[in-house]
Amino acid sequence: MSAPRTVRVGGGQGFWGDEPDAPRRLVERGPIDFLMLDYLAEVTMSILQKQKERDPSLGYARDFVGAIDSVLPALTTRGVRVVANAGGVNPRGCASAVRAAVDARGAGAAVRIGVVTGDDLLPRLDELIAGGHPLVHMETGAPLAGIRERVLSANAYIGAAPIREALRGGATIVITGRSTDTALTMAPIAEAFGWQSDDHDRLAAGIVAGHIIECGAQASGGNCLADWRSVPDLADVGYPIVEASADGSFVVTKHPGTGGRVSVATVTEQLVYEMGDPHAYITPDVIADFTTIRLTADGPDRVRVTGIRGRAPTPFLKVSIAYRAGFKAIGSLVYAWPDALEKARAADRILRERLDRLGLRFDQVLTEYVGASATHGVLAGEPGPDLAEVQWRVGVRSERRADVERFTREVVPLVLNGPPSVTGFAGGRPKVEEIVAYWPALIDKRVVSPRVEVV
Amino acid sequence: MRVRLLDLAHARSGDKGDTANVGLIATRPEWYDVLARHVTVERVAAHFAGVIGGPVERYELPNLGALNFLLHGALDGGGTVSLKTDAQGKVYSTALLRLILDVPDAEAARFSLPPAP
Repeated sequence: MSAPRTVRVGGGQGFWGDEPDAPRRLVERGPIDFLMLDYLAEVTMSILQKQKERDPSLGYARDFVGAIDSVLPALTTRGVRVVANAGGVNPRGCASAVRAAVDARGAGAAVRIGVVTGDDLLPRLDELIAGGHPLVHMETGAPLAGIRERVLSANAYIGAAPIREALRGGATIVITGRSTDTALTMAPIAEAFGWQSDDHDRLAAGIVAGHIIECGAQASGGNCLADWRSVPDLADVGYPIVEASADGSFVVTKHPGTGGRVSVATVTEQLVYEMGDPHAYITPDVIADFTTIRLTADGPDRVRVTGIRGRAPTPFLKVSIAYRAGFKAIGSLVYAWPDALEKARAADRILRERLDRLGLRFDQVLTEYVGASATHGVLAGEPGPDLAEVQWRVGVRSERRADVERFTREVVPLVLNGPPSVTGFAGGRPKVEEIVAYWPALIDKRVVSPRVEVV
Repeated sequence: MRVRLLDLAHARSGDKGDTANVGLIATRPEWYDVLARHVTVERVAAHFAGVIGGPVERYELPNLGALNFLLHGALDGGGTVSLKTDAQGKVYSTALLRLILDVPDAEAARFSLPPAP
Protein backbone atom coordinates (compact mmCIF):
# COMPACT_ATOMS: atom_id res chain seq x y z
CA MET A 1 0.00 0.00 0.00
CA SER A 2 1.47 3.34 -1.00
CA ALA A 3 1.75 6.09 1.59
CA PRO A 4 -0.83 8.88 1.36
CA ARG A 5 0.16 12.41 0.41
CA THR A 6 -1.32 13.93 3.56
CA VAL A 7 -2.89 12.55 6.72
CA ARG A 8 -5.58 14.62 8.40
CA VAL A 9 -6.05 14.29 12.16
CA GLY A 10 -8.80 16.26 13.91
CA GLY A 11 -8.71 16.96 17.64
CA GLY A 12 -12.30 16.54 18.82
CA GLN A 13 -12.05 16.63 22.64
CA GLY A 14 -9.62 18.66 24.75
CA PHE A 15 -10.53 17.15 28.10
CA TRP A 16 -13.19 14.99 29.76
CA GLY A 17 -16.08 17.42 29.84
CA ASP A 18 -15.48 19.09 26.49
CA GLU A 19 -18.37 19.80 24.12
CA PRO A 20 -20.14 16.48 23.40
CA ASP A 21 -21.09 17.48 19.87
CA ALA A 22 -17.57 18.40 18.71
CA PRO A 23 -16.52 14.93 17.41
CA ARG A 24 -19.60 14.68 15.20
CA ARG A 25 -19.05 18.19 13.82
CA LEU A 26 -15.43 17.30 13.01
CA VAL A 27 -16.42 14.29 10.90
CA GLU A 28 -19.47 15.89 9.26
CA ARG A 29 -18.23 19.37 8.33
CA GLY A 30 -15.33 18.22 6.18
CA PRO A 31 -12.84 15.44 5.55
CA ILE A 32 -10.54 13.96 8.18
CA ASP A 33 -8.75 10.60 8.28
CA PHE A 34 -8.37 10.23 12.04
CA LEU A 35 -10.43 11.56 14.91
CA MET A 36 -8.25 12.10 17.98
CA LEU A 37 -10.02 12.43 21.32
CA ASP A 38 -8.08 13.37 24.47
CA TYR A 39 -9.96 12.81 27.72
CA LEU A 40 -7.26 12.60 30.37
CA ALA A 41 -5.85 15.39 32.51
CA GLU A 42 -3.43 14.82 35.41
CA VAL A 43 -6.15 14.13 37.95
CA THR A 44 -8.68 12.40 35.70
CA MET A 45 -7.21 8.94 36.32
CA SER A 46 -7.90 9.17 40.06
CA ILE A 47 -11.52 10.21 39.47
CA LEU A 48 -11.91 7.23 37.16
CA GLN A 49 -10.25 4.94 39.70
CA LYS A 50 -12.80 6.00 42.33
CA GLN A 51 -15.61 5.21 39.86
CA LYS A 52 -14.11 1.80 39.17
CA GLU A 53 -13.94 1.05 42.90
CA ARG A 54 -17.69 1.65 43.13
CA ASP A 55 -18.47 -0.31 39.94
CA PRO A 56 -15.76 -2.53 38.38
CA SER A 57 -17.31 -2.14 34.92
CA LEU A 58 -16.61 1.63 34.98
CA GLY A 59 -13.42 3.67 35.21
CA TYR A 60 -13.34 5.05 31.67
CA ALA A 61 -14.59 8.27 30.01
CA ARG A 62 -18.23 7.42 29.44
CA ASP A 63 -18.69 10.40 27.10
CA PHE A 64 -16.66 8.42 24.60
CA VAL A 65 -19.44 5.88 24.03
CA GLY A 66 -21.80 8.66 22.98
CA ALA A 67 -19.08 10.20 20.84
CA ILE A 68 -18.56 6.94 18.93
CA ASP A 69 -22.30 6.55 18.49
CA SER A 70 -22.45 10.05 17.01
CA VAL A 71 -19.65 9.46 14.48
CA LEU A 72 -20.40 5.84 13.58
CA PRO A 73 -21.58 6.48 9.99
CA ALA A 74 -18.26 8.19 9.21
CA LEU A 75 -16.37 5.20 10.59
CA THR A 76 -18.31 2.59 8.64
CA THR A 77 -18.81 4.40 5.33
CA ARG A 78 -15.87 6.81 4.99
CA GLY A 79 -13.08 4.95 6.71
CA VAL A 80 -12.47 7.53 9.45
CA ARG A 81 -10.58 5.95 12.34
CA VAL A 82 -10.53 6.99 15.99
CA VAL A 83 -7.68 7.17 18.49
CA ALA A 84 -8.62 8.05 22.08
CA ASN A 85 -7.28 7.70 25.62
CA ALA A 86 -10.87 7.23 26.80
CA GLY A 87 -9.99 3.91 28.45
CA GLY A 88 -8.84 5.61 31.64
CA VAL A 89 -8.19 2.90 34.25
CA ASN A 90 -10.38 0.37 32.41
CA PRO A 91 -9.65 0.27 28.65
CA ARG A 92 -11.23 -3.18 28.30
CA GLY A 93 -14.40 -2.02 30.04
CA CYS A 94 -14.47 0.97 27.71
CA ALA A 95 -14.06 -1.33 24.70
CA SER A 96 -16.95 -3.51 25.90
CA ALA A 97 -19.24 -0.49 26.22
CA VAL A 98 -18.23 0.78 22.79
CA ARG A 99 -18.70 -2.70 21.31
CA ALA A 100 -22.22 -2.86 22.75
CA ALA A 101 -23.09 0.57 21.33
CA VAL A 102 -21.69 -0.32 17.89
CA ASP A 103 -23.48 -3.69 17.84
CA ALA A 104 -26.75 -2.02 18.84
CA ARG A 105 -26.47 0.03 15.64
CA GLY A 106 -25.87 -3.12 13.60
CA ALA A 107 -22.36 -1.96 12.72
CA GLY A 108 -20.51 -4.62 14.68
CA ALA A 109 -18.89 -6.35 11.74
CA ALA A 110 -17.51 -3.13 10.26
CA VAL A 111 -15.75 -1.92 13.41
CA ARG A 112 -12.64 -3.41 14.97
CA ILE A 113 -11.57 -2.11 18.35
CA GLY A 114 -7.93 -2.01 19.42
CA VAL A 115 -7.27 -1.91 23.16
CA VAL A 116 -3.95 -0.77 24.62
CA THR A 117 -3.23 -1.82 28.20
CA GLY A 118 -0.18 -2.18 30.40
CA ASP A 119 0.02 1.40 31.66
CA ASP A 120 -1.71 0.53 34.94
CA LEU A 121 0.98 0.02 37.58
CA LEU A 122 -1.32 -0.06 40.62
CA PRO A 123 -1.44 -3.87 40.91
CA ARG A 124 2.38 -3.97 40.60
CA LEU A 125 3.27 -1.11 42.91
CA ASP A 126 4.62 -3.12 45.87
CA GLU A 127 6.56 -5.42 43.55
CA LEU A 128 8.08 -2.39 41.78
CA ILE A 129 9.07 -0.61 45.01
CA ALA A 130 10.57 -3.85 46.39
CA GLY A 131 12.38 -4.35 43.08
CA GLY A 132 14.32 -1.10 43.36
CA HIS A 133 11.93 1.38 41.75
CA PRO A 134 11.26 3.90 44.54
CA LEU A 135 9.11 6.18 42.31
CA VAL A 136 10.48 9.30 43.95
CA HIS A 137 8.47 12.51 43.51
CA MET A 138 9.96 14.38 40.54
CA GLU A 139 9.93 17.73 42.36
CA THR A 140 10.49 16.87 46.03
CA GLY A 141 12.61 13.69 45.68
CA ALA A 142 10.53 11.91 48.35
CA PRO A 143 10.08 8.14 47.85
CA LEU A 144 6.57 6.84 47.19
CA ALA A 145 6.81 4.42 50.13
CA GLY A 146 5.90 7.29 52.48
CA ILE A 147 2.40 7.58 51.02
CA ARG A 148 2.03 4.06 49.60
CA GLU A 149 -1.13 3.19 51.54
CA ARG A 150 -2.86 6.34 50.29
CA VAL A 151 -2.26 5.69 46.58
CA LEU A 152 -5.42 5.59 44.46
CA SER A 153 -3.98 5.11 40.98
CA ALA A 154 -0.60 4.77 39.29
CA ASN A 155 -0.21 4.84 35.53
CA ALA A 156 2.80 5.06 33.24
CA TYR A 157 2.48 7.50 30.33
CA ILE A 158 3.00 5.21 27.36
CA GLY A 159 3.92 6.26 23.85
CA ALA A 160 2.96 5.76 20.23
CA ALA A 161 4.24 2.21 19.59
CA PRO A 162 1.24 0.24 20.92
CA ILE A 163 -1.21 2.60 19.18
CA ARG A 164 0.66 2.04 15.91
CA GLU A 165 0.51 -1.70 16.50
CA ALA A 166 -3.27 -1.54 16.98
CA LEU A 167 -3.66 0.49 13.78
CA ARG A 168 -1.48 -2.00 11.90
CA GLY A 169 -3.72 -4.73 13.26
CA GLY A 170 -6.66 -3.08 11.52
CA ALA A 171 -8.31 -1.30 14.43
CA THR A 172 -11.03 1.17 13.45
CA ILE A 173 -11.05 2.53 17.01
CA VAL A 174 -7.99 2.51 19.27
CA ILE A 175 -8.68 2.86 22.98
CA THR A 176 -5.81 3.48 25.37
CA GLY A 177 -5.45 4.15 29.06
CA ARG A 178 -2.78 6.63 30.15
CA SER A 179 -0.96 7.14 26.89
CA THR A 180 0.53 10.57 26.38
CA ASP A 181 -1.89 13.06 24.85
CA THR A 182 0.53 13.77 22.03
CA ALA A 183 1.01 10.10 21.06
CA LEU A 184 -2.67 9.93 20.10
CA THR A 185 -1.90 12.29 17.19
CA MET A 186 1.68 11.28 16.41
CA ALA A 187 0.94 7.53 16.19
CA PRO A 188 -1.55 7.58 13.29
CA ILE A 189 0.61 10.03 11.31
CA ALA A 190 3.82 8.08 11.90
CA GLU A 191 2.11 4.80 11.05
CA ALA A 192 0.58 6.15 7.84
CA PHE A 193 3.98 7.38 6.62
CA GLY A 194 5.99 4.48 8.04
CA TRP A 195 8.29 6.66 10.17
CA GLN A 196 10.89 4.69 12.13
CA SER A 197 11.73 4.95 15.81
CA ASP A 198 15.01 6.77 15.06
CA ASP A 199 13.31 9.25 12.74
CA HIS A 200 13.55 11.79 15.54
CA ASP A 201 12.80 14.98 13.62
CA ARG A 202 9.62 13.67 12.07
CA LEU A 203 8.44 11.97 15.26
CA ALA A 204 9.02 15.27 17.06
CA ALA A 205 6.91 17.00 14.41
CA GLY A 206 4.12 14.52 15.14
CA ILE A 207 4.42 15.32 18.84
CA VAL A 208 4.21 19.07 18.19
CA ALA A 209 1.14 18.45 16.01
CA GLY A 210 -0.35 16.53 18.92
CA HIS A 211 0.44 19.30 21.39
CA ILE A 212 -1.30 21.82 19.15
CA ILE A 213 -4.58 19.89 18.84
CA GLU A 214 -4.71 18.09 22.21
CA CYS A 215 -6.67 20.90 23.86
CA GLY A 216 -9.36 21.07 21.19
CA ALA A 217 -10.57 24.52 20.22
CA GLN A 218 -7.94 26.21 22.38
CA ALA A 219 -5.83 26.06 19.18
CA SER A 220 -8.55 27.40 16.89
CA GLY A 221 -9.68 30.62 18.50
CA GLY A 222 -10.99 29.52 21.88
CA ASN A 223 -9.43 31.12 24.96
CA CYS A 224 -7.31 33.23 22.61
CA LEU A 225 -6.19 36.55 24.04
CA ALA A 226 -4.74 37.98 20.82
CA ASP A 227 -7.40 40.23 19.32
CA TRP A 228 -10.05 38.16 21.13
CA ARG A 229 -12.99 40.42 20.28
CA SER A 230 -12.60 39.69 16.59
CA VAL A 231 -12.59 35.87 16.74
CA PRO A 232 -15.74 34.96 14.75
CA ASP A 233 -18.60 32.64 15.62
CA LEU A 234 -17.27 30.74 18.63
CA ALA A 235 -20.77 29.24 19.03
CA ASP A 236 -19.88 27.07 16.02
CA VAL A 237 -16.15 26.87 16.63
CA GLY A 238 -14.24 24.56 14.32
CA TYR A 239 -12.02 22.14 16.23
CA PRO A 240 -8.41 22.02 15.01
CA ILE A 241 -7.15 19.71 12.28
CA VAL A 242 -3.57 18.79 11.38
CA GLU A 243 -2.80 18.01 7.74
CA ALA A 244 0.49 16.15 8.00
CA SER A 245 2.94 15.48 5.17
CA ALA A 246 5.49 12.70 4.86
CA ASP A 247 8.43 15.09 5.36
CA GLY A 248 7.22 16.01 8.87
CA SER A 249 5.82 19.40 7.97
CA PHE A 250 2.15 19.99 8.61
CA VAL A 251 -0.63 22.55 8.36
CA VAL A 252 -2.97 23.43 11.22
CA THR A 253 -6.45 24.31 10.01
CA LYS A 254 -10.17 23.80 10.62
CA HIS A 255 -13.11 22.98 8.40
CA PRO A 256 -14.29 25.78 6.07
CA GLY A 257 -17.44 27.52 7.27
CA THR A 258 -16.84 26.82 10.94
CA GLY A 259 -16.27 29.52 13.54
CA GLY A 260 -13.13 30.40 15.42
CA ARG A 261 -9.74 31.17 13.91
CA VAL A 262 -6.50 29.42 13.07
CA SER A 263 -3.67 31.95 12.85
CA VAL A 264 -0.03 32.21 13.84
CA ALA A 265 -1.26 33.91 17.03
CA THR A 266 -3.78 31.22 18.02
CA VAL A 267 -1.33 28.40 17.29
CA THR A 268 1.49 30.15 19.17
CA GLU A 269 -0.70 30.59 22.24
CA GLN A 270 -1.43 26.86 22.24
CA LEU A 271 2.23 25.97 21.66
CA VAL A 272 3.32 27.79 24.82
CA TYR A 273 0.48 26.35 26.91
CA GLU A 274 1.77 24.21 29.82
CA MET A 275 5.29 24.54 28.46
CA GLY A 276 8.34 23.77 30.58
CA ASP A 277 11.83 23.86 29.05
CA PRO A 278 11.08 24.42 25.36
CA HIS A 279 14.37 22.77 24.30
CA ALA A 280 13.24 19.47 25.80
CA TYR A 281 9.61 18.48 25.45
CA ILE A 282 10.07 14.93 26.67
CA THR A 283 7.85 12.09 25.48
CA PRO A 284 8.34 8.30 25.54
CA ASP A 285 9.13 8.28 21.79
CA VAL A 286 11.25 11.38 21.22
CA ILE A 287 12.38 14.67 22.76
CA ALA A 288 10.99 17.58 20.74
CA ASP A 289 12.75 20.95 20.58
CA PHE A 290 10.12 23.69 20.52
CA THR A 291 12.76 26.33 19.75
CA THR A 292 13.03 24.89 16.22
CA ILE A 293 9.35 25.31 15.27
CA ARG A 294 8.64 27.64 12.33
CA LEU A 295 5.12 28.96 11.82
CA THR A 296 3.97 30.68 8.64
CA ALA A 297 0.55 31.88 7.56
CA ASP A 298 -0.65 29.71 4.67
CA GLY A 299 -3.97 31.29 3.67
CA PRO A 300 -7.18 31.84 5.62
CA ASP A 301 -7.29 29.71 8.79
CA ARG A 302 -4.17 27.81 7.76
CA VAL A 303 -0.79 27.83 9.51
CA ARG A 304 2.15 25.86 8.14
CA VAL A 305 4.50 24.30 10.70
CA THR A 306 8.02 23.31 9.64
CA GLY A 307 11.60 22.89 10.81
CA ILE A 308 10.98 20.77 13.90
CA ARG A 309 13.95 18.93 15.34
CA GLY A 310 13.91 16.01 17.75
CA ARG A 311 16.35 13.72 19.49
CA ALA A 312 16.37 10.30 21.13
CA PRO A 313 14.10 9.82 24.13
CA THR A 314 15.21 9.14 27.71
CA PRO A 315 15.25 5.60 29.18
CA PHE A 316 12.34 6.57 31.46
CA LEU A 317 8.58 6.85 31.36
CA LYS A 318 6.73 9.36 33.46
CA VAL A 319 4.33 7.87 35.97
CA SER A 320 1.20 9.64 37.10
CA ILE A 321 0.28 8.66 40.65
CA ALA A 322 -2.77 9.94 42.53
CA TYR A 323 -3.12 9.68 46.31
CA ARG A 324 -5.53 10.72 49.05
CA ALA A 325 -4.29 13.91 50.71
CA GLY A 326 -6.90 15.04 53.22
CA PHE A 327 -10.05 17.10 52.81
CA LYS A 328 -11.08 20.54 51.69
CA ALA A 329 -14.16 22.73 51.45
CA ILE A 330 -14.76 26.10 49.89
CA GLY A 331 -17.59 28.42 50.92
CA SER A 332 -18.65 31.80 49.67
CA LEU A 333 -21.10 34.66 50.22
CA VAL A 334 -21.71 37.83 48.23
CA TYR A 335 -21.61 41.30 49.80
CA ALA A 336 -23.29 44.21 47.99
CA TRP A 337 -22.66 47.96 47.73
CA PRO A 338 -22.03 50.09 49.73
CA ASP A 339 -18.68 49.12 51.25
CA ALA A 340 -18.88 45.61 49.82
CA LEU A 341 -15.21 44.78 50.28
CA GLU A 342 -15.11 46.19 53.82
CA LYS A 343 -18.12 44.04 54.76
CA ALA A 344 -16.57 40.94 53.23
CA ARG A 345 -13.37 41.54 55.18
CA ALA A 346 -15.37 41.94 58.39
CA ALA A 347 -17.12 38.62 57.68
CA ASP A 348 -13.73 36.98 57.22
CA ARG A 349 -12.51 38.23 60.61
CA ILE A 350 -15.65 36.90 62.29
CA LEU A 351 -15.34 33.50 60.63
CA ARG A 352 -11.68 33.12 61.54
CA GLU A 353 -12.44 34.01 65.16
CA ARG A 354 -15.22 31.40 65.20
CA LEU A 355 -12.87 28.74 63.78
CA ASP A 356 -10.32 29.62 66.49
CA ARG A 357 -12.87 29.47 69.30
CA LEU A 358 -14.04 26.08 68.06
CA GLY A 359 -10.46 24.84 68.25
CA LEU A 360 -10.46 23.68 64.65
CA ARG A 361 -7.10 23.10 63.05
CA PHE A 362 -6.39 23.46 59.36
CA ASP A 363 -3.30 23.13 57.22
CA GLN A 364 -4.52 26.22 55.41
CA VAL A 365 -7.32 28.77 55.47
CA LEU A 366 -7.36 30.83 52.28
CA THR A 367 -9.56 33.89 51.77
CA GLU A 368 -10.11 35.48 48.39
CA TYR A 369 -12.25 38.47 47.41
CA VAL A 370 -13.69 37.73 43.97
CA GLY A 371 -14.23 41.00 42.15
CA ALA A 372 -11.35 42.67 43.95
CA SER A 373 -8.23 40.50 44.06
CA ALA A 374 -8.94 36.76 43.69
CA THR A 375 -7.09 36.19 40.46
CA HIS A 376 -4.27 38.75 40.47
CA GLY A 377 -3.82 39.35 44.20
CA VAL A 378 -1.94 42.50 45.18
CA LEU A 379 -1.14 43.16 41.51
CA ALA A 380 -4.75 44.29 41.07
CA GLY A 381 -4.25 47.14 43.54
CA GLU A 382 -6.77 48.30 46.13
CA PRO A 383 -10.18 48.69 44.46
CA GLY A 384 -12.22 51.87 44.77
CA PRO A 385 -14.95 52.06 47.43
CA ASP A 386 -17.81 51.70 44.97
CA LEU A 387 -17.59 48.04 43.94
CA ALA A 388 -21.11 46.82 43.16
CA GLU A 389 -20.42 43.57 44.98
CA VAL A 390 -17.67 41.28 46.19
CA GLN A 391 -17.74 37.52 46.56
CA TRP A 392 -16.08 36.48 49.79
CA ARG A 393 -14.59 33.03 49.15
CA VAL A 394 -12.97 30.98 51.91
CA GLY A 395 -11.32 27.60 51.54
CA VAL A 396 -9.92 25.29 54.22
CA ARG A 397 -7.76 22.20 53.99
CA SER A 398 -7.07 19.59 56.67
CA GLU A 399 -6.24 15.93 57.25
CA ARG A 400 -9.12 15.94 59.76
CA ARG A 401 -12.42 15.50 57.95
CA ALA A 402 -14.40 16.47 61.06
CA ASP A 403 -12.73 19.90 61.21
CA VAL A 404 -13.51 20.57 57.55
CA GLU A 405 -17.07 19.35 58.14
CA ARG A 406 -17.47 21.80 61.03
CA PHE A 407 -16.17 24.66 58.87
CA THR A 408 -18.96 24.02 56.35
CA ARG A 409 -21.50 24.82 59.08
CA GLU A 410 -19.91 28.16 59.93
CA VAL A 411 -20.22 30.03 56.62
CA VAL A 412 -23.93 30.37 55.89
CA PRO A 413 -24.92 31.45 59.44
CA LEU A 414 -23.05 34.70 58.75
CA VAL A 415 -26.03 35.69 56.61
CA LEU A 416 -27.88 36.32 59.88
CA ASN A 417 -24.93 36.73 62.27
CA GLY A 418 -22.54 38.89 60.31
CA PRO A 419 -22.18 42.10 58.33
CA PRO A 420 -25.20 43.36 56.31
CA SER A 421 -26.10 43.43 52.59
CA VAL A 422 -25.23 39.78 52.11
CA THR A 423 -26.64 37.26 49.65
CA GLY A 424 -25.54 34.45 47.34
CA PHE A 425 -26.00 31.54 49.76
CA ALA A 426 -28.49 29.59 47.64
CA GLY A 427 -26.13 26.62 47.37
CA GLY A 428 -26.39 26.08 51.13
CA ARG A 429 -23.52 24.59 53.09
CA PRO A 430 -20.24 24.03 51.28
CA LYS A 431 -19.44 20.40 50.43
CA VAL A 432 -16.52 18.51 51.91
CA GLU A 433 -14.30 17.06 49.19
CA GLU A 434 -11.54 14.52 49.54
CA ILE A 435 -8.32 15.89 48.07
CA VAL A 436 -6.68 13.63 45.52
CA ALA A 437 -3.14 14.87 44.99
CA TYR A 438 -0.77 14.21 42.13
CA TRP A 439 2.61 12.50 42.48
CA PRO A 440 4.73 12.58 39.32
CA ALA A 441 7.58 10.06 39.12
CA LEU A 442 9.82 8.34 36.59
CA ILE A 443 10.28 4.65 35.95
CA ASP A 444 12.66 2.58 33.83
CA LYS A 445 10.94 1.95 30.51
CA ARG A 446 11.96 -1.69 30.51
CA VAL A 447 9.61 -2.63 33.34
CA VAL A 448 6.51 -1.34 31.53
CA SER A 449 5.16 -3.57 28.75
CA PRO A 450 2.17 -2.21 26.84
CA ARG A 451 -0.14 -4.86 25.39
CA VAL A 452 -2.38 -4.59 22.35
CA GLU A 453 -5.50 -6.56 21.48
CA VAL A 454 -7.69 -5.98 18.44
CA VAL A 455 -11.20 -7.37 18.84
CA MET B 1 8.96 55.99 28.16
CA ARG B 2 6.48 53.89 30.11
CA VAL B 3 5.00 51.05 28.06
CA ARG B 4 2.37 48.56 29.13
CA LEU B 5 3.30 44.93 28.47
CA LEU B 6 -0.40 44.49 27.66
CA ASP B 7 0.15 46.67 24.58
CA LEU B 8 3.17 44.70 23.35
CA ALA B 9 2.27 41.08 23.91
CA HIS B 10 -0.35 38.43 24.40
CA ALA B 11 0.01 35.42 26.65
CA ARG B 12 -1.32 32.04 27.74
CA SER B 13 -0.62 30.29 31.02
CA GLY B 14 -1.05 26.82 32.46
CA ASP B 15 0.18 24.56 35.22
CA LYS B 16 2.55 21.69 35.99
CA GLY B 17 2.26 20.70 39.62
CA ASP B 18 2.83 23.78 41.78
CA THR B 19 4.46 25.69 38.90
CA ALA B 20 2.59 28.03 36.58
CA ASN B 21 4.01 28.77 33.15
CA VAL B 22 3.34 31.97 31.24
CA GLY B 23 4.10 32.04 27.54
CA LEU B 24 4.53 35.68 26.58
CA ILE B 25 4.18 36.37 22.85
CA ALA B 26 5.14 39.58 21.04
CA THR B 27 2.14 41.02 19.20
CA ARG B 28 4.49 42.18 16.42
CA PRO B 29 7.54 40.04 15.55
CA GLU B 30 9.93 42.99 15.89
CA TRP B 31 8.82 43.57 19.48
CA TYR B 32 10.29 40.24 20.58
CA ASP B 33 13.68 41.99 21.03
CA VAL B 34 12.05 44.54 23.33
CA LEU B 35 10.51 41.78 25.43
CA ALA B 36 13.79 39.83 25.54
CA ARG B 37 15.69 42.93 26.73
CA HIS B 38 13.23 44.27 29.28
CA VAL B 39 11.11 41.39 30.58
CA THR B 40 13.96 39.83 32.52
CA VAL B 41 13.84 37.14 35.19
CA GLU B 42 14.59 39.81 37.80
CA ARG B 43 11.82 42.10 36.55
CA VAL B 44 9.25 39.29 36.55
CA ALA B 45 10.35 37.99 39.96
CA ALA B 46 9.95 41.51 41.38
CA HIS B 47 6.52 41.83 39.73
CA PHE B 48 5.29 38.62 41.37
CA ALA B 49 6.99 39.20 44.74
CA GLY B 50 4.51 38.26 47.45
CA VAL B 51 2.27 36.54 44.90
CA ILE B 52 4.36 33.43 44.19
CA GLY B 53 6.44 31.44 46.67
CA GLY B 54 9.35 30.28 44.53
CA PRO B 55 11.85 31.42 41.92
CA VAL B 56 11.24 32.45 38.30
CA GLU B 57 12.89 30.82 35.26
CA ARG B 58 12.91 32.23 31.74
CA TYR B 59 13.33 30.48 28.39
CA GLU B 60 13.66 32.20 25.02
CA LEU B 61 11.79 31.15 21.89
CA PRO B 62 12.84 33.72 19.28
CA ASN B 63 11.39 31.41 16.63
CA LEU B 64 7.91 32.03 18.04
CA GLY B 65 8.57 35.59 19.19
CA ALA B 66 7.94 34.32 22.69
CA LEU B 67 9.41 34.01 26.15
CA ASN B 68 8.37 31.23 28.50
CA PHE B 69 8.35 31.96 32.22
CA LEU B 70 8.12 29.29 34.90
CA LEU B 71 6.70 30.67 38.12
CA HIS B 72 7.51 28.17 40.85
CA GLY B 73 5.40 27.92 43.97
CA ALA B 74 2.64 29.87 42.23
CA LEU B 75 -0.36 27.64 42.80
CA ASP B 76 -0.55 27.07 46.53
CA GLY B 77 0.19 23.38 46.14
CA GLY B 78 -1.28 23.13 42.67
CA GLY B 79 -4.04 21.21 40.95
CA THR B 80 -6.49 19.57 43.30
CA VAL B 81 -4.71 20.56 46.53
CA SER B 82 -4.89 24.30 45.93
CA LEU B 83 -7.77 26.30 47.38
CA LYS B 84 -7.24 29.16 44.95
CA THR B 85 -9.82 30.28 42.38
CA ASP B 86 -7.04 30.02 39.82
CA ALA B 87 -5.71 26.67 41.03
CA GLN B 88 -4.45 25.81 37.55
CA GLY B 89 -2.73 29.11 36.83
CA LYS B 90 -4.96 29.98 33.89
CA VAL B 91 -4.83 33.74 34.43
CA TYR B 92 -1.22 34.30 35.46
CA SER B 93 -1.03 35.24 31.79
CA THR B 94 -2.83 38.54 32.25
CA ALA B 95 -1.28 39.07 35.68
CA LEU B 96 2.10 39.25 33.90
CA LEU B 97 0.63 41.63 31.31
CA ARG B 98 0.03 44.16 34.10
CA LEU B 99 3.78 44.83 34.04
CA ILE B 100 4.80 48.35 33.04
CA LEU B 101 8.17 48.64 31.28
CA ASP B 102 10.51 51.62 31.30
CA VAL B 103 11.90 51.69 27.78
CA PRO B 104 14.49 54.30 26.72
CA ASP B 105 12.80 56.90 24.48
CA ALA B 106 15.08 56.18 21.51
CA GLU B 107 14.31 52.47 21.67
CA ALA B 108 10.58 53.12 22.06
CA ALA B 109 10.67 55.37 18.98
CA ARG B 110 12.72 52.89 16.95
CA PHE B 111 10.19 50.09 17.60
CA SER B 112 7.10 52.37 17.44
CA LEU B 113 6.01 51.28 20.91
CA PRO B 114 2.65 52.62 22.09
CA PRO B 115 3.02 54.79 25.22
CA ALA B 116 1.14 53.79 28.35
CA PRO B 117 -2.08 55.82 28.64
